[in-house]
Amino acid sequence: MSDAARSIPMATPRRAGSAMTWLWVLGLVLAIALPWCFYDFAKARHSGFMISMFSQAGMMIIFALSYNMLMGQAGLLSFCHAVFFGFGGYVVIHALTGASNGSFPIPMELMPLAGGLAGLILAIIFGYMATKQRATAFAMITLGIGELMATAALMFQHFFGGEGGITSDRMIDRSLFGLSYAQSIEVYYLIVFWTMVSVIGMYFLTQTPLGRMANACRDNFERAQFVGYDPKIVRFIQFALSGLFAGMGGALYAIAYEIVTFDSMAGPLSANALLMAYIGGTTVFGGPILGAVLITVLQSGVSLLSNSWLVYVGVLFITMVTFVPEGLAGIIMAHGPIRKAGKLGKLAVPYVRILVPGFILVLGFVALVELVSFQTIGAAQGKKLVLFGNPIDIASNIPWAVAIGGLIIGGIWLRFESIVFGRVWDEITAELKRAEART
Amino acid sequence: MSGQAVSLCDVRKNFGATEIIRGVTLNIAQGERHAIIGPNGAGKTTLFNLISGRFPITSGEIALNDTRIDTMPPHQINRMGLSRSFQITSIFHKLTVFENLRCGLLWSMGYRYSFWSPLWRQKALNEKAEFLMEDLNLASRANTPAGLLSYAEQRALEIGMTIAGGASVILLDEPTAGMSNTETDYAMDLIRRVTQGKTLLMVEHDMKVVFDLADTVTVLVYGQVIASGPPVTVRASRAVQEAYLGALEE
Amino acid sequence: MEIILVSLLNGLVYGMLLFMLASGLTLIFSMMGVLNFAHASIYMIGAYLAFEVSRWFGFLPALILAPILCGAIGAAIEIWGLRRVHHNGHIAELLFTFGLVFIVQRGVQMIWGMLPMPYRVPSYLDFPLFTLYGANFPAYRGFMLLISAGMLLAIWLLLKKTRVGLIIQAALTHPNMVSSLGHNVPMVFTGVFAGGCGLAGLAGVIGGNYLTTESSMADAMGPIVFVVVVFGGLGSLAGCFIASIIMGMIQTFAVVFDYTIADMFSPLFKVPEMDTLLGEILTVPMSRIGPLLPYALMILILLVRPRGLLGTRDT
Repeated sequence: MSDAARSIPMATPRRAGSAMTWLWVLGLVLAIALPWCFYDFAKARHSGFMISMFSQAGMMIIFALSYNMLMGQAGLLSFCHAVFFGFGGYVVIHALTGASNGSFPIPMELMPLAGGLAGLILAIIFGYMATKQRATAFAMITLGIGELMATAALMFQHFFGGEGGITSDRMIDRSLFGLSYAQSIEVYYLIVFWTMVSVIGMYFLTQTPLGRMANACRDNFERAQFVGYDPKIVRFIQFALSGLFAGMGGALYAIAYEIVTFDSMAGPLSANALLMAYIGGTTVFGGPILGAVLITVLQSGVSLLSNSWLVYVGVLFITMVTFVPEGLAGIIMAHGPIRKAGKLGKLAVPYVRILVPGFILVLGFVALVELVSFQTIGAAQGKKLVLFGNPIDIASNIPWAVAIGGLIIGGIWLRFESIVFGRVWDEITAELKRAEART
Repeated sequence: MSGQAVSLCDVRKNFGATEIIRGVTLNIAQGERHAIIGPNGAGKTTLFNLISGRFPITSGEIALNDTRIDTMPPHQINRMGLSRSFQITSIFHKLTVFENLRCGLLWSMGYRYSFWSPLWRQKALNEKAEFLMEDLNLASRANTPAGLLSYAEQRALEIGMTIAGGASVILLDEPTAGMSNTETDYAMDLIRRVTQGKTLLMVEHDMKVVFDLADTVTVLVYGQVIASGPPVTVRASRAVQEAYLGALEE
Repeated sequence: MEIILVSLLNGLVYGMLLFMLASGLTLIFSMMGVLNFAHASIYMIGAYLAFEVSRWFGFLPALILAPILCGAIGAAIEIWGLRRVHHNGHIAELLFTFGLVFIVQRGVQMIWGMLPMPYRVPSYLDFPLFTLYGANFPAYRGFMLLISAGMLLAIWLLLKKTRVGLIIQAALTHPNMVSSLGHNVPMVFTGVFAGGCGLAGLAGVIGGNYLTTESSMADAMGPIVFVVVVFGGLGSLAGCFIASIIMGMIQTFAVVFDYTIADMFSPLFKVPEMDTLLGEILTVPMSRIGPLLPYALMILILLVRPRGLLGTRDT
């Protein structure tokens, strides 16, 4: 299965199907309509939790996609991407303050451009250093830059506000459309608009000479030199532009939360970009969008319920690295040819058969992690493990036995079923190959 | 020396203490088809790497159309009209055949690092890439990632990318290595067709290809030129037969 | 003067601790091409295990057991993890260890809780070794120096005097050649990975009670160890050693010298007090800039010498 997916090139086919276009339109309609699905008509107000989650998803989409401009498209592993996101945020916080006191009179709707410009300028400075190198040396320089800026953000009170960060008020009373942005739904639609603009912009970039040469330098930087391109300059421009979009994402962050702290510049957020892009799939343009939405939703949901979010995300990530290096989007794309041949139905039963033990395995694992975590962190917080309204006694043996049993039985069963699944998959792809050879 | 397409003057190259290229002087006229032959380890590929700027030279001079190029980086040499292929296929393996050729065309058609012109709207560019694809007999594989092509197809693509930019001087490093007889015949035909009117410099082991394609042959042994001239003369040369051909034609 | 001597000793202690971590990382990185992000996590596990073992059996058993356990964990990671993703390239291996960081980080908190561990220096090493200009030099720091010097000697002997060392040395600079010569490179890889993790564990044992054993110790140590390895240069243990000592000294001395940039200019002209970002940059004391210096130095050296200080291969 991985072979089929790995063969999918970064570049979309020259005549992209209209199905893809419809998928994008559907995504946009969904983004516009979703808040109203959670609208509380009795109280005539929006769900604050949902709006803030969707807003977060929007900026993370920009962030993850701009990260993939480096990772997936140019083959550059960066550990400082949050620096540009955070810097865009800081600048916009200052810009908001400036807009309300009149020293920086630009309307709210254009604030993301200020953030983008800030990200671009910083990315030009740091890109000049980092993009002279490639591969591991590049990754190490970016790691250094990331640590440098995070430390600097803590140190310099004036611009970064130290540990407390800096705050501002987004009700600056400057809008192209007379909006006050007092309500989060207004901010949400601003985010939707700029996310759409950024996604289109970044997609456009993949279809330009620069975007194509970034792919080329990723595949074979030496050959790129012998067709007349300087890989360093390709890397540099690509890096600078990805900083521009990251800065725009950071600007939306600043507008939505009205506070930016050094966390938005620090290592964990850079790591998050990597996780989102990789889990979503770096080989397909839309992959990081999937990753960003998935991680944001899981993060908002799971971190409310559990202390162990980091363990889950770590295990998910390692599982993806080991078994599905092409990410979620890669899996989906691998089904394309099978769907075209009308053979998707054949996979239904095998899918159910691996999902059942997979579910048991995940349940067992989650139960075990939660039991362990409730012994220490939960106990320290004075929380009790409650399942469907029933308190669970973590001192008794039964829940532990159930968890470990689920883990082991699910694991063995899944191993067996995945062999069966692999056989069916290979059969179908072999059939497709034969059919292709006949034509 | 003026008027030469490529001229090398006492070029030397050391790797550490070992001297690999030991004073090569070579002039290649405009439109010449020049083959470099020699036993393994003679420094043929190294010579290519020096001319194309992949490695810096230790001493000497290399000029392309009377301009010194020995201190330029590879991309600049390429922009001046010298293009090369590699012995080990060097293509963009995740991009499609069409994309590969288009990448080969981009710089020569003046797109530079453009991030504002959408590729799908560049009619002249796309037509040229299509045309090239037909020429290479790869049109049926347009949307196949280059990494999945057969070996012979990859070699054809390699040649295609080398000539795509319209360079006036083409360096081919063992274009027919590892090919079957029919594949070799096809490749020779292809090379003859696509390098029409250009200066061709090639490293080749297959004597049939050399004597068929080249109008000048240079024999390189241990980093030194021991003979240079028309194929017939070189074949007849005593020194060459002893050093190289003798072992083959026995 | 006394402050310089004391700082020199402290810098040496810290530098040697860094070297213990960095030497393992550089061996792994140079040989396998794997940038082991989880290296500092193993160091943290070493400290926690040492605390656990010393609670039941005492410090000396911990000094032996914890590194062995860490080595075993390393071997397990290599065999069941890295080897599986190896065919997807070095980036996949790097990302694998990157994922491990999250799991170890939270896993440690889940098992031992969020609070720092009461892992202390054993009482028989808790006395002042000598007094220098009125300041005590604790015996434990002397012990740390002793252990790290012993480790340095052991590594040197292993690399220079044994057959295995010969293979490892060869594999540092020419990994492909070594496998072409018919050596069981996967076995060597597992061994080196386990050995490197063992060293990290040892650093955890002696560093855990010198610093603090808590769940943020990996985050605190991780980036700086990377800096050391990259600064020193790939494939060079000597470079790694020099870089460790330099970084140890920088971090120790920066704390001691409380000068600001404005102070430096003060003999020339008086820097006016400014309530701006520039004013702030000029008046930040050295002790607070200290944490920035290693990263700035690393970026600088990579720009000038992409191979690092004494590196023999491109990173």
